[in-house]
Amino acid sequence: MNFWGYKRSDGRAGIRNHVLILPTCACGSETARVVASQVRGAVNIIFNTGCSDVAANTELSQKILTGFACNPNVFGVVIIGLGCETVPHAKLRGKIQAMTSKPVVSFGIQEEGGTLKTIEKAVRAARDLAAEAALQQKELCDISELLLGIECGGSDATSGIASNPAVGELSDKLVDLGASTLMSESIEWIGGEHVLARRAATPELHNRIIQICADYEAHLKAAGQDCRAGQPTPGNKDGGLSTIDEKSLGCIRKGGTRPIVEVLNQAERPTKRGAIVMDTAGYDISSVTSMVAAGCNAIIFTTGRGTPTGNAIVPVLKVTANAKTYSWMEDNIDVDLSGIIAGTLTIGEAGELLLGKVHDVCNGRLTKAEAYGFSDVAVDHVCRFV
Amino acid sequence: MTNAILLDAKDNVATCTAAASKGDTIKILGGGEIICAEDIPVWHKVALRAIGKGDKVFKYGEVIGEASADIAEGVWVSHENIFSVPRDYNSELI
Repeated sequence: MNFWGYKRSDGRAGIRNHVLILPTCACGSETARVVASQVRGAVNIIFNTGCSDVAANTELSQKILTGFACNPNVFGVVIIGLGCETVPHAKLRGKIQAMTSKPVVSFGIQEEGGTLKTIEKAVRAARDLAAEAALQQKELCDISELLLGIECGGSDATSGIASNPAVGELSDKLVDLGASTLMSESIEWIGGEHVLARRAATPELHNRIIQICADYEAHLKAAGQDCRAGQPTPGNKDGGLSTIDEKSLGCIRKGGTRPIVEVLNQAERPTKRGAIVMDTAGYDISSVTSMVAAGCNAIIFTTGRGTPTGNAIVPVLKVTANAKTYSWMEDNIDVDLSGIIAGTLTIGEAGELLLGKVHDVCNGRLTKAEAYGFSDVAVDHVCRFV
Repeated sequence: MTNAILLDAKDNVATCTAAASKGDTIKILGGGEIICAEDIPVWHKVALRAIGKGDKVFKYGEVIGEASADIAEGVWVSHENIFSVPRDYNSELI
């Protein structure tokens, strides 16, 4: 299977060709928003961390910022800094340029003499990059170039019974075609970690999955938080999920059944192809943020109760098997899988349907969240999200 | 009649695909019928047989928690009457 994508010099392929306006920290975020609004082909993110933070948080913020810039869906980057932040724009630019050969320029608001002067220069730079990006031709790329992030949010009992198994079927199909899938949300492995670990390709990976869950629980306990009190969320409980174990056993089904070939730290780029998992929070926005920083081209997102989330860099394709949620929130959800519950669609057929939908998104079809220009970002921190 | 989905033969709960009222007959997709003992919201679980306080509750063929009270057949199973048991991670390492 092939898709029409943008080949990058590092060998990866993008399914979008964005110019990314990237703030170094919160102080550059509004300027970045204005710059992106002036240039067709540019997208921005709002970044609430990146300064005045403890070292471990700064490290993760830097992994996210550099990972976003290196994401294969990004053609080029315009960085907007302030001047006094922990990692200023020129330093961040240097880090990114050491990781990728794509064009990167940067500006500092204090150096330029305020936001208007920065916007003027940054808009010109973004305009030139967008003009260049528009000339890049799509090429046929093998599906093995695809890295699909797998996420769930606003889960209810239909997620584990229907939409997650359907996405698991999609994951197996993609892995069999040579592509890679990335499932995260390690707090939502707890209670099902023994089942997930059975898929590990080696004993080391098996134990790593168990240890991640043990460490997560211990970490939250040290901060005075019982993970069983934070999960499931009130909405999950209303939707019929009673314990973290029940939620997790449904969540992990979205990763499919193929051997897990790599276990990644948060926002880390995979080195292998196949079914991969990453240690992230269960907070879906934060988890998607880390998977995009790791280089995912697209995210498939299952929901039971409905969610609007989107990401500026990668398309987020939302699916539900809850018929009421689909009809009620159709403007936010791309695919209706309620036929699984109704008995008119098998899990196998749903997997095939999703493969076609993901293929369309790879070829350029906009997801609903993408068409609205949604751009959600949350960076996990030392005291982790649940 | 309301349907409920049974995911594994080992399970002692099933998931209702529509709201069930007390006295309704619930058809278990996967085998059998049960009389609903109290009102149960859509997507919530019904006990397929009596579950004693401290007994394990199974869904997906796996333990999803333990009963914090005696649960009679046909009763609504939720976070109000089951709880998650901490894991013994060391025993899971290989």
